[in-house]
Amino acid sequence: MITLFITLILVFISIAIWQMIKIFDLTRVLKGEKIDDSQIANDKDNRINAKLMLGFLAFIYAITIICFIKYGHFPLITDAASEHGVKIDTLMISTFALIFFVQTITQFLLHYFAYTYRGKKGNKTLFYTDNHKLELIWTLTPAVVLTGFITYGLLTWADVMNISDDDDPMVVELYAQQFNWKARYAGNDNSLGKANVRLIDMDRANILGIDESDPNASDDIITTELHLPVNKPVLFKMRSQDVLHSAYMPHFRAQMNCVPGMVTQFLLTPNMTTEEMRNTPNMIDKVLTINQIRDEKNKKLIEKGEEPLDPYDFDYVLLCNKICGKSHYNMQMKIIVESQEDFDEWISKQTIFKNSLIAQN
Amino acid sequence: MSEYIEFDKDHHEHHPKETFITKWIFSQDHKMIAKQYLFTGVIFMGIIGILMSSLIRMQIAWPEEPSIIFEFLLGKWAPEGVMDADIYLALVTMHGTIMVFFVLTAGLSGTFSNLLIPLQLGARDMATGFLNMIAYWLFFLSTVLMVGSIFVEAGPAAAGWTIYPPLSALEVAQPGSGLGMTLWLVSMALFIASSLLGSLNYIVTIINLRTKGMSLTRMPLTIWAFFITAIIGVISFPVLLSAALLLIMDRSFGTSFYLSDIFIQGEVLHYQGGSPILFEHLFWFLGHPEVYIVLLPALGIASEVIATHSRKPIFGYKAMIMSIIAIAFLSTIVWGHHMFVTGMNPFLGSVFTFTTLLIAIPSAVKAFNYITTLWKANIQFNPPMLFAIAFVSTFITGGLTGLILGDSALDINVHDTYFVVAHFHLVMGISALYGMLAGIYHWFPKLFGRMMNKNLGYIHFWVTAVCAYGVFFPMHFIGMAGLPRRYYTNSNFPLFDDLADTNTIITVFAIIGSLIQIVFLYNFIHSIFYGKKASQNPWNSTTLEWTASMKHIHGNWQGKIPEVYRWPYDYSKPGYKEDFVPQHIPLKKGEEEY
Repeated sequence: MITLFITLILVFISIAIWQMIKIFDLTRVLKGEKIDDSQIANDKDNRINAKLMLGFLAFIYAITIICFIKYGHFPLITDAASEHGVKIDTLMISTFALIFFVQTITQFLLHYFAYTYRGKKGNKTLFYTDNHKLELIWTLTPAVVLTGFITYGLLTWADVMNISDDDDPMVVELYAQQFNWKARYAGNDNSLGKANVRLIDMDRANILGIDESDPNASDDIITTELHLPVNKPVLFKMRSQDVLHSAYMPHFRAQMNCVPGMVTQFLLTPNMTTEEMRNTPNMIDKVLTINQIRDEKNKKLIEKGEEPLDPYDFDYVLLCNKICGKSHYNMQMKIIVESQEDFDEWISKQTIFKNSLIAQN
Repeated sequence: MSEYIEFDKDHHEHHPKETFITKWIFSQDHKMIAKQYLFTGVIFMGIIGILMSSLIRMQIAWPEEPSIIFEFLLGKWAPEGVMDADIYLALVTMHGTIMVFFVLTAGLSGTFSNLLIPLQLGARDMATGFLNMIAYWLFFLSTVLMVGSIFVEAGPAAAGWTIYPPLSALEVAQPGSGLGMTLWLVSMALFIASSLLGSLNYIVTIINLRTKGMSLTRMPLTIWAFFITAIIGVISFPVLLSAALLLIMDRSFGTSFYLSDIFIQGEVLHYQGGSPILFEHLFWFLGHPEVYIVLLPALGIASEVIATHSRKPIFGYKAMIMSIIAIAFLSTIVWGHHMFVTGMNPFLGSVFTFTTLLIAIPSAVKAFNYITTLWKANIQFNPPMLFAIAFVSTFITGGLTGLILGDSALDINVHDTYFVVAHFHLVMGISALYGMLAGIYHWFPKLFGRMMNKNLGYIHFWVTAVCAYGVFFPMHFIGMAGLPRRYYTNSNFPLFDDLADTNTIITVFAIIGSLIQIVFLYNFIHSIFYGKKASQNPWNSTTLEWTASMKHIHGNWQGKIPEVYRWPYDYSKPGYKEDFVPQHIPLKKGEEEY
């Protein structure tokens, strides 16, 4: 409603300005002044638009500064919750510094030149077609800078994607289907039982299509919440049952698609428990803000006689980040990072695959 | 051969008499075809695409509030004014498809390649007017099918404009993957056929029909851009056609090119052995060059407009050509940067990171050359010039964030978030749109013989420019907060609650930015009929199109085709009284070309 109102006002203002221009022109005609209706910019247009160019430069700078202040607490640049995440963040910050530097200078030159060299009648410009030295400089400078960034980026990439057996990771399967996630732990033997969606048997509650005859499968554990012990490498094996999904864990700087017909993987080591993350200053601020917003909403909801929203407390989430159908926007799983003891206690309470099957007679 | 010369001289007299149908509908004249592309591709599809974006933004900003606008425009898909989640995805899909393919590929290239290639090269018409006509009508048919698909029972295609299978292949996965997707695929097949015919025509015309003296290094940068665009179109579009054909086979004939091991809605499907990743490779083999098919014509137009209105030669003409060629070459070997997290081998990811970041070099050269062109210029702030300068601005802002997305390690975390949406909208969406608008304002006198109103042009420009940054700049930050794109509502994640007010601001900017286009539309249509009559060469430009007959005639020039003696950027050349020397003026004795 507010937008409609704002836009209506803007439309009326535009109409008013337009009509005023018309009246202004008409009076000038009546006064016998010559008006320039060639529709080609004259010196006055050049002056006005040149000033506006300078104003626009200020606008670009202002919007940059406002955005950095208002939204710049950078949830994806600070407080990475995984070991490799810190490396990605450092790379991100240095890339940002470069972008910020280049953006500030080039936008300044562009708009400042536009302002300074505004047209005046009769002016002639410098006939300046080429300068090989100059062009060489601005071909080589980006080339050199980029070589540095490419090398840095590739080293980080190799580091992040490298999966070596020395890590001795815990193996966990992330299983995607329209529109929810399941996790499958490998159990004591740390090796997942073979699986294929063709083996899904709803009558026996074999919902992930695990091969019952595989000995590795019997101690697998299927859960709807993802618990991870802190500081222990986890090797995720991603599988999808129907369409493409993407397992996105923003706080861990991790993402990998789930592709039907194949298994993809991603290794990470969470290094901050849920509790620790909740206690970082950024997160305390964020949760406070969010709860204020929710309180505001609740006031309205209570007025309408509806159920108020629960207060929010931070939890890591796994989101689906590849368009997968109607409820794509609500495909999530809670992730809890905890101490090894808490994790062991939790996992010991879960039912192993062998026992979860419904016996058929 | 004497007959041939006769034909050249009095071409228009020999032409068969025109009927209403051959003049306005099945025209083979490149100027009329350019106008047809302008009205179907840019104006008609543009209105639909922009309207859809406003609906999308309204849904994102106010997900729970019922809206009369939804109820009115979406009917049964917005019961009681609340948008259906499936139709949200359909809107996102159709907005992307229409904008990328119909407005910015066919609309942009179709209008300006057709108008300018013969006129700027000094040709009577395209190499084959008949194929040109067929190309337009295939495009028209494809438009009809694509727009028609919006009205089918289960809704149009809704798997995203990239239509990744299995979502797009299985009707059980999504209602839009039924008849809607079939129509999408057929429409795109026609579109590709049209695009190929058009591109081949452009290439042949540029190679063969240049007037005397018009060597390759005397061609305006617009023509260079259209030329390279057509070449990458011919290289990459057939791959999309084969991708689409294989998808049609999977959908309708039970093959398994892209599908394997699928259990959906309680049933195992028979597909075995295919891979969705194959589709992604085929799609992006077109998809990435496609963004340059969109961007290069805009770069060409900006070069021409900036030189003309700053009354100064474009700086580094040859470097500009080289960088267009370099960008085009690199564009065909970077497609994998859309697929860093698909499960593709990480080593391949490294290769694509390397090639992708290399694009920054020719792009930087272009940006610096534009800026240097403005240095010590005599800038005439006509509306086309404003759009061209803004083009350079958004090209830089949007291009720079490509350094993050092209870097595989950083892409892990911002892949498919709003950061991507902000990046590509600025660098290819808004930039190409600015290029297109600059082109329309600049060549309007050539198209319709009249001038557009400059004051309305100024209002249109400044509001659009502010809104474009207002929409897409904050969007980067939403993406960096981890918000995924293509979410119907974010309210299921309390984590994102604090982004809601930013989303509202973005939507307000988006709606104002959309509405201001009405000013442009009014100016455009009003000026066609009542605009001030344009003079022969209103912008004092050097290129050949301004020597052609103002009245649109077959064959473009009343008498002989002018001969060309110099490059197209002799602005403010020392030794001349005027600040421009058209290409058809012979060099003075002892004068160097440049």
